[in-house]
Amino acid sequence: MTTGEPLIVLDAVNKWFGPLHVLDDVSLSVGRGEVVVVIGPSGSGKSTLCRAINRLEPINSGTITFDGQPLPAEGKPLARLRSEVGMVFQSFNLFAHKTILENVTLGPIKVRKEKPSVARERGLALLDRVGIANQADKFPAQLSGGQQQRAAIARALAMQPKAMLFDEPTSALDPEMVGEVLDVMTSLAGDGMTMVVVTHEMGFARHAANRVIFMADGKLVEDASPAEFFANPRSERAKDFLSKILTH
Amino acid sequence: MGEFFRVLTDNGQLFVDGFTNTVKLFLIAAVGSLVLGTLLGAMRVSPVPALRAFGATYVNLVRNTPLTLVFAFLVFAVPKLDVNIDYFPSAAIALTVYTSAFVCEVIRSGVNTVAAGQAEAARALGMTFGQVLTLIVLPQALRAMVPPMMSVFIAMLKNTTIAAGFSVLEAGAIPAYMAERGEPQFAVLLWITIGFLILILPLVALQRFLERKWRVAR
Repeated sequence: MTTGEPLIVLDAVNKWFGPLHVLDDVSLSVGRGEVVVVIGPSGSGKSTLCRAINRLEPINSGTITFDGQPLPAEGKPLARLRSEVGMVFQSFNLFAHKTILENVTLGPIKVRKEKPSVARERGLALLDRVGIANQADKFPAQLSGGQQQRAAIARALAMQPKAMLFDEPTSALDPEMVGEVLDVMTSLAGDGMTMVVVTHEMGFARHAANRVIFMADGKLVEDASPAEFFANPRSERAKDFLSKILTH
Repeated sequence: MGEFFRVLTDNGQLFVDGFTNTVKLFLIAAVGSLVLGTLLGAMRVSPVPALRAFGATYVNLVRNTPLTLVFAFLVFAVPKLDVNIDYFPSAAIALTVYTSAFVCEVIRSGVNTVAAGQAEAARALGMTFGQVLTLIVLPQALRAMVPPMMSVFIAMLKNTTIAAGFSVLEAGAIPAYMAERGEPQFAVLLWITIGFLILILPLVALQRFLERKWRVAR
């Protein structure tokens, strides 16, 4: 599964929000093609970790390396790095004034300077892949949450990213729509996409992840295979967390 | 009533000259302040602290200054620096400098109506600050900007009358000329009122048009 040097490397990363230590000396490496699921109680720093990887959250100390290069601080180099890392948000964040197809083609056309006809063709193929090709000309507000999130995944994929970050992609969805989004993510994982997924979907962690990271209070507490983590969590925090979510 | 119309017909050329200059001043300052105000607004929402500070300082300095003072600076103080600008361009610059501060704040408040996640998603795609602003944020912010922006421009149109105090023959200067000609002030002022109401009508129409155009843009 993992080949060559890792794609994403975090080394001794620290971040504070005022007095709150949200990332406490976090080190982590994600191999190419690896699917890493980050779980933990709310406020544990898992979303911040995910957002730090494309520098939507700047860090206070430590280093983050993507594809062998340290994250650029700002400007054009940072924009270029972001274009290689797809991001899917909890609240979809589709561009409200653009159609679904325009949402998917805007990045390739404006950031990658691709020909509109090329971007459009790939965009339609991606919308077909996530099962919403027939919604291409609608505006985001006209779609269900599940459809919007699938469009957001297509938008990120349209940039042909080297890795995909998912920040609680199903947390804002009605229960009946969670499955359709997870199906798309599972198929993406099956195709060998490198993924970092912050989620509360334990089923997805069990069957799609190569590794599970458990975070609590800004610290990376456990790092294990899903089978091992769910069967034998080593820390008290993880045992406590699992007992609370798996009993329902 | 005949006397009322006579005031206009006897002095038609003066009214035409005055209001023509008013419209010229307005159009030049409108374009100027829209450009400068948008630049300042972009500074105030930019990620660069120095630009944000500059934008904030400009707004706080200029917005809190009486317009008459801004005019006086350009007409009386700037020539002391051996920079000689004619009265009309001075007035246009004064109006532009002053109105830009208000335009900047309208732009900024419009930008703030757009959910933060929109800009975040655009940045995550690798867009530059300029692209985020022009492709994603401003198009969605325009709708919210229209009513306050029109108020700013209507106020600016009326502010052009201050130029009369600085040797520019515009609508605000008409009463002084008419007083010299011995015309009844009541009729003169009523005609100027009517003139401004007519000038403002297209602005109101433009506002209605833009509000309708962008109403269901999402």
